[in-house]
Amino acid sequence: MSIAASETVQQASGTMSLAWLLFALPAFGALVLLLGGRRTNSWGHILGVLTVVAAFAVGLVLFFTSLGAPPDQRTLNLHLFDWIDVGSLQVEFGMRLDPLSMVFVLLITGVGALIHIYSIGYMDDDRDRRRFFGYLNLFVFSMLILVLGNSFITLYLGWEGVGLASYLLIGWYSDRRSAATASKKAFLMNRVGDVGLAIAIFLLWANLGSTQYTEVFARAGQLSPGTATAIALLLLLGACGKSGQFPLQAWLPDAMEGPTPVSALIHAATMVTAGVYLVARSNPIFDLTETGRLVVTLIGAFTLLLGCIVGCAYDDIKKVLAYSTVSQIGYMMLGVGLGPFGYALGIIHLLAHGFFKAGLFLGAGSIMHAMNDEVDMRKFGGLWRKLPITFVTFGLGYLALIGFPFLSGYYTKDAIIEAAFGAGGWRGWVFGLAGAIGAALTAFYMTRLMLMTFFGKSRWKELRSADDREFHPHEAKPVMWVPMVLLAIGSLGAGAFFVLGDRVVNYLSPTLGRLSTAESHPIPELLITIGTLVLAAIGVLVAWLIFGRAKDIPAQRPENVSGIVRAARKDLYGNALNEALIARPGIWLDRFLVWLDNKGVDGLVNGTAALFGGSSGRLRRLQTGFVRSYALSMLAGGVILIGALLMVRYA
Amino acid sequence: MIQSSSQHSWLLIALLLIPLAGSLIVALLRDQRAAKFTAFGISLVEFALAACMWGSFHGDGARIQMAFSVPWIPDFDINIAFGIDGIAMVMVLMIAVLSPIVIGGSWTEKLAEGRSHSGFFSLLLLMEALTIGVFATTDVFVFYVLFEIMLIPMYFLIGRFGGNNRQYAAVKFFLYSFLGGLLMLGGAIGAYVYAESATGQGTFDWMKLTSIVSHAPLHVQVWIFLGFFAAFAIKAPLVPLHTWLPDATREAPVAAGVMLVGVLDKVGVFGFLRYSIPLTPEASKTLAPLVLTLAVIGVLYGSLLAAGQSDMKRFIAYVSVAHFGFIALGVFAFTQQSGVGSVTYMVNHSISTGMFLIVIGMLAARGKSARIADYGGLAKVTPLLAGAFFIAGLTTLSLPGTNSFISEFLVLLGAYPSQPAFTIFAAVGMVLAALYVLWLYQRVFTGEVRGDALVGLSGGPGAAMRPDVGARKGFGDLGIRERWVLAPLLVLVIGLGFYPQPLLDKVGPAVADTLSSVGVQGK
Repeated sequence: MSIAASETVQQASGTMSLAWLLFALPAFGALVLLLGGRRTNSWGHILGVLTVVAAFAVGLVLFFTSLGAPPDQRTLNLHLFDWIDVGSLQVEFGMRLDPLSMVFVLLITGVGALIHIYSIGYMDDDRDRRRFFGYLNLFVFSMLILVLGNSFITLYLGWEGVGLASYLLIGWYSDRRSAATASKKAFLMNRVGDVGLAIAIFLLWANLGSTQYTEVFARAGQLSPGTATAIALLLLLGACGKSGQFPLQAWLPDAMEGPTPVSALIHAATMVTAGVYLVARSNPIFDLTETGRLVVTLIGAFTLLLGCIVGCAYDDIKKVLAYSTVSQIGYMMLGVGLGPFGYALGIIHLLAHGFFKAGLFLGAGSIMHAMNDEVDMRKFGGLWRKLPITFVTFGLGYLALIGFPFLSGYYTKDAIIEAAFGAGGWRGWVFGLAGAIGAALTAFYMTRLMLMTFFGKSRWKELRSADDREFHPHEAKPVMWVPMVLLAIGSLGAGAFFVLGDRVVNYLSPTLGRLSTAESHPIPELLITIGTLVLAAIGVLVAWLIFGRAKDIPAQRPENVSGIVRAARKDLYGNALNEALIARPGIWLDRFLVWLDNKGVDGLVNGTAALFGGSSGRLRRLQTGFVRSYALSMLAGGVILIGALLMVRYA
Repeated sequence: MIQSSSQHSWLLIALLLIPLAGSLIVALLRDQRAAKFTAFGISLVEFALAACMWGSFHGDGARIQMAFSVPWIPDFDINIAFGIDGIAMVMVLMIAVLSPIVIGGSWTEKLAEGRSHSGFFSLLLLMEALTIGVFATTDVFVFYVLFEIMLIPMYFLIGRFGGNNRQYAAVKFFLYSFLGGLLMLGGAIGAYVYAESATGQGTFDWMKLTSIVSHAPLHVQVWIFLGFFAAFAIKAPLVPLHTWLPDATREAPVAAGVMLVGVLDKVGVFGFLRYSIPLTPEASKTLAPLVLTLAVIGVLYGSLLAAGQSDMKRFIAYVSVAHFGFIALGVFAFTQQSGVGSVTYMVNHSISTGMFLIVIGMLAARGKSARIADYGGLAKVTPLLAGAFFIAGLTTLSLPGTNSFISEFLVLLGAYPSQPAFTIFAAVGMVLAALYVLWLYQRVFTGEVRGDALVGLSGGPGAAMRPDVGARKGFGDLGIRERWVLAPLLVLVIGLGFYPQPLLDKVGPAVADTLSSVGVQGK
């Protein structure tokens, strides 16, 4: 099925051996900015931007160099040093330069560079801007290790590294209690997934005796079907944690506590898509297990609907976008879950999504910047006049996301829905319809967002922000809107560029295998395309009927709403479930154990001491002249010893 | 009279004698300033010697190197014999690294009335000498003697220089350890008796004794194993023999606390590797499920208890209980990777919890309290202290890229093929570690400035924090001395996280040798 199993991996040489710079540049930036302290305050942000821009340049050079090689020689290994070498366990600190990692390098450094530039403006009034750039550099470093590492353990290093950066940046406004809680929640839920990933690695080690990609993939066929499925499901658990997929999705919306550029880079464009990368990267393992792939598609389909439904209910612009991300990653998971029929499609949607979702978040950041950091869309309205550039760039991202013809999402999301219908039998119908219904809901909640934010009455004129200031919306500085414009261009053309002529599909084929296409669809392909468009149009129309036509949108959200809306506002009870099943019982168990340890275990000890000594108070009083009793017991011990030895000798 | 095996034996002799002599000199010095500098200087010399020892140790050479021996009680073949293998060597090096750091760290420690730094540092140097001796001896009887004697300086460090409830904690610490030691003595005598009955000539020489006793029938091995196990399980400590540790750690002055959890406790696991397994391999294999069960209980129980603590020093103690669970799991899973993981875990645990405890000490020195509830929102007041605390937390939760990750991952990865069920339960500890570390950080450092220890630092809810307010109120950020104390630890945390290979290479052969006694080929 996949040709990746029979790949040849060559050592990187020449220009390609410069790839270590991809690690070194952001690592250097992070080190200087985090250890340099206040001395680097004045120029820190410049350094932070430069390292990532330089890494992007290196990425481009590597990319074009690799294009010069024939496709079967594009998978290279660059050994840096021996990291963990114990007995037969040999873990290199090395890089795998292949088409899959290359597209990620370009996405991470390219979008990363734009968001770094944007952050110069966005974080301008923050006293700790330099530290912020240090964290961003740390993130880029970790993310590059994640995608470039050549073994599952280097992947794990990057995997938890981005988790750390995410934690630090979600909790950036550390004096806000909600930010501190959200960052901890993100890290913990991720760690649950990480344990899954770790155990998958243990299984690989126990069964194949290696954790290096080359060896694991070459010998994956030796895995028993049951083991392959177990590994696939454990990898999926890791993917769910990192990518905010059901049942570990609840942290991602809370992660919006972080500054908006962080939401754009980490919680939309790059880090949260790492789960999709993991499944695609492990394609030789997923190829072995139909059950594993089926669970991936089920999780993807379920999460994409869950994200859409909750996204319809929020009034917080960032949370809507966050649930949109949850939902779009659901699409990607659905894609890669289709195996050889969809690995490449999932990755392509991931790339296109990276552009338009980052653009949308930067737009939201620009709106917040203009509106005293307000995120409640009920206080917005009519902003298109005040923020024309934001409106146009955001609008393009919106059209790309809902799959407006010939923009990014139209090509990339449609391809996944089509492939899903081709899955055959009940699966084709279930996954295809889930994708199509998702398209309608996406159109609905995004149109709602557009209408509430940019159109209608300017509700902000009569309102004040939480800190009791009037709103004076204004367009941001060029350092912020130039990246937005560039990303909008990406939203406009990236999908067509990637998909037409199968550019990316062909480019990725050395890693992901040739893309298979279904032999038959339950309904004709053209009908799927048109049907999806019609459904999206209905979504737009319904949103307009409810939110566009209406004269006014109340500034307070109505409380008298239907059950489904109430459930959606409560994240479909995801948090309540976590609370009831894990958090509360955990706290009670913990309290009980602390009590037990003090009263039970230690009480037993003191009780025993009391038994021997008369009272536990005597144990406390023993200290007076204790040296004497110590000497006495030493002496006693010595006597016993020598007596025993003599006995043994002369017995 | 001295028999030595190599020209480098003098290094080991010097390593043992210099801190001993230093301890005496420092005790006699009246001038506190001179005493401090002398103690610090001696600990630096010791570190330099230990670094030389590292350099002269051949990873692929004999098991025991730099050995020397002086007869003590020839009738029982007891010799004052020392020599190091890879495991002992890294432990000795770690002691030598920690000593100057804790001495530097307690430079300005406020001591109670009538207590002097010369006494304090003298005891620390004595601790250093005795613990090096415990790891480096190759005579089972000398090991027992040092195992008991090293309790004395620790007893005084806690009992004289500790917190309010120090006497209770010191006695409890002492009784536990001493009792365990006596049981070990029983085991050692049993081994001697068996050797004598089997060969006609008893001995306490480790090499000879292991080669004889390891062939003893299972029921004999079991009794010997249990004798040693009692001492080591208390020392390690394994649940449910752990309750002395939280009290001792809480009451001990920070420097002593670091030596306690960082060095003294390691003797327990070291004992498993050096004595339990080679002396009684059959019993070790038979009773491994018991130890593994206690180990995994320790991981989960220690983690949950750590999360529930209200005092930061007790928190460290329970974190250590959890970590020792991981270490014991790695030792008794009997694979090369898990064994190397456990030994490096011993080193890394000293670095990470040592750093954590030192940072907590710096915090407590400012706020006059180690209670978690007395603090809140400190990141705004002391960002550097917050950063150091956070990094100590990251290495404690074994984040990849830090030293502890290598060892924890090796333990789990290595243990999985032989003990999958125990490993999976222990892996849950990874989530709990994130919980207890991040929750602690959240309570102490985030949110608005609050807490009894910080009264007067906040201008009220929502008030903007002036950057210099901490310094003006006697709650300044890390000073120069404190930064220098933490810098080497930080370098080790990151350095060993990305380049652990030198450490792994040094301990690999000794672990393989240990495992070969239970019939496992180190691979």
